[in-house]
Amino acid sequence: MTAAPETWLVLGASSAIARAFARAAAQDGADILLAGRDRADLDMTAADIAIRTGRRVQVMDFDATDLAGHAVLIEAAREAADGGTLNLFLAFGLMPNQSDIDRDPALALRAITVNYIGAVNLLQVAAPIFEAQRRGRIVALGSVAGDRGRLKNYVYGSAKAGLSVYLQGLRARLYRSGVTVTTVKPGFVDTAMTFGLPGLFLVASPESVARACLKAAKAGREELYVPFFWWGIMTIIRNIPERLFKRLNI
Amino acid sequence: MDLTGWGRVTVARSRACRPERQQELAAAVVEAAADGIIAFGGGRSYGDAALNSGGRVILTARLNRILSFDASTGEVVVEPGVTFRDLIEVFLPRGFMPPASPGTAFATIGGAVAADVHGKNHDRHGSFGDHVRWIDLLLADGTVRRVSPEADPNLFAATVGGMGLTGIMRAICFRMLPAAGTHVVVREERMRDLDAFLAAFARVRDTATFLVGWIDALATGTDTGRGILETAEFAPASDIAAGAPARARAVPFDLPGFVLNPWTVRAFNEFYFRRVPAGGRQRTVPFATFLYPLDAIHHWNRIYGRRGFYQFQCVLPDATAAAGLRHLLAEIGRARGASFLAVLKTLGREGRGHLSFPMRGFTLALDFPRRNGAEAMLRKLERITIENGGRVYLAKDALLSPESLRAMYPKIDKFKAVLARVDPHETFTSDLARRLGLKALRGRGGHA
Ligand SMILES: Cc1cc2nc3c(=O)[nH]c(=O)nc-3n(C[C@H](O)[C@H](O)[C@H](O)COP(=O)(O)OP(=O)(O)OC[C@H]3O[C@@H](n4cnc5c(N)ncnc54)[C@H](O)[C@@H]3O)c2cc1C
Repeated sequence: MTAAPETWLVLGASSAIARAFARAAAQDGADILLAGRDRADLDMTAADIAIRTGRRVQVMDFDATDLAGHAVLIEAAREAADGGTLNLFLAFGLMPNQSDIDRDPALALRAITVNYIGAVNLLQVAAPIFEAQRRGRIVALGSVAGDRGRLKNYVYGSAKAGLSVYLQGLRARLYRSGVTVTTVKPGFVDTAMTFGLPGLFLVASPESVARACLKAAKAGREELYVPFFWWGIMTIIRNIPERLFKRLNI
Repeated sequence: MDLTGWGRVTVARSRACRPERQQELAAAVVEAAADGIIAFGGGRSYGDAALNSGGRVILTARLNRILSFDASTGEVVVEPGVTFRDLIEVFLPRGFMPPASPGTAFATIGGAVAADVHGKNHDRHGSFGDHVRWIDLLLADGTVRRVSPEADPNLFAATVGGMGLTGIMRAICFRMLPAAGTHVVVREERMRDLDAFLAAFARVRDTATFLVGWIDALATGTDTGRGILETAEFAPASDIAAGAPARARAVPFDLPGFVLNPWTVRAFNEFYFRRVPAGGRQRTVPFATFLYPLDAIHHWNRIYGRRGFYQFQCVLPDATAAAGLRHLLAEIGRARGASFLAVLKTLGREGRGHLSFPMRGFTLALDFPRRNGAEAMLRKLERITIENGGRVYLAKDALLSPESLRAMYPKIDKFKAVLARVDPHETFTSDLARRLGLKALRGRGGHA
């Protein structure tokens, strides 16, 4: 089979949203590189996508905290794209319980390393390749948790907030090379992170989030909330005065 | 988490988890073993087969990957949460179909093996279990065993049709059948009464690829057993008119109980019968439309209101079918327990499982809204089934007693012997298992 004109490198590919995104992108005609730590699991996803779509799917080892390994991975991905356009979908993340973090400072560091440092390092390594490629799409999963520091989730939230600002700058840098950077902030999505949690409402399916991500990437959107109404919810949350907000149990 | 069967008669509260990777599935079984576990697939069994009040439930929906496919033989390996919808979407265009398919595409392959489901091609091709090569079964002790008719015939026979009680299937290998197209030509014919129906079935069951009858269970007197016989064959490509597939609609909320009453149902059945002209008719439709007519309306189970409904499905052997069906229909007609169209089909042979439902004969399936007297009615039908040497389908059942089960399923002791061997601590259990005395009657994990 010949290489597709587009190849998506999906990072953190065992998550429900990443899996759904990889399936959707392959259905759309792209080749897929699945990167993550659970190789046995990724092999299964790779077989599934290849059988369903007839696209080429490869598996690559990736650990967000293994910073030295990022350059090797990006280089391998560039080669696998085989002259076609390489695109990135960043879906890796670590969301420990805030109460666990508060008991164990090392866990705070780990969350920041995966969610912020890992992402920044990877994108810094990848940026020159995108500048040379002069086209391509980068999509990164941010979080509504990054819009406001909350009692229940502030370490994770701060890492995602940092990532969001980083992506703004990267967007400006790569804009000059015709590369788009899209920050997606999902609200409640029906994934392993949220399964069985009480108090969730209007939960989106991973498939619908994946479709929204792909559509936004192809349109070169800068930032979006999925589902869209989270923009309204977060606007309200951002505007509550800190004096009041600090008393809230959210 | 509260879960119900498709009939929504019982609500079971249990702790649920939904693994997304094989590793998580294995860990979940080890972690939950002491509380008692059952697998929950698409939730399309009507009763309590996938429920486990007070215990644990493992949802398989996210384990839905197709792991391998051999285009030369049609052999495929899937995770248990792959649905019939997936198979049709992916493989029908490549010339393969599921070897047996229930009337809903939302059922999973795990559920299909556990209930050894039959389709509209049972005379010709047998039930799903007949096409299974092996099953990777996650056992109570956390190990995985590849179970096949060669490697451990008894465990295989207890797993196919075993309603999830031997363990959790984590991968299934089976053969699909060649499909000579994406559309079928459906021939519909009016059947004026039961004798005409049975004679027509006898005529076509050895030649038609697909056949199914819709029977008006409210018709009485000389009309008893009237209905529509559908037979179908794959359509040559040249016959297919292109058209956009119809969009699914949904029943958005529970309808109040009075909507379905004997008069509205009678009117509907009359309409359904008359819609086919007296001389019959022939149409070409997408294969999936023929297989899954009810899937066009999501959550159609809500039309029965909040109290839910029972589905009764039995099979009677050829020899007693005529008299037995007449007896069943008389009983149903007398009670006027408003029921939508009933389904009448032929089955070709016994399945491979100790508790497989099929036997050579005729199977009748129909819904009963849950209202006063429904249970008594179902018990009568159960008795008639036993008197005629038949059996009730566990995937539909919510009421059967241990004694009735024994009268219907002669291999029950073999089944229990396998359970005692592979699951001595009763790690795998369900509301159905406890009701039928297949596992200890006490609930697990504290409250029963
Ligand atoms: C509209 C409709 C039409 C139907 N038509 C037919 C028909 O024509 N023919 C027919 O045979 N049936 C028919 N059925 C019944 C249906 O096919 C069976 O109940 C089937 O088991 C449903 O599969 P599921 O995935 O929804 O399983 P569930 O209802 O979730 O579970 C059914 C059983 O399978 C077990 N199970 C599920 N996954 C696993 C696993 N991974 N490992 C071990 N055990 C597992 C469960 O524990 C449970 O005992 C119909 C049902 C509906 C709603």
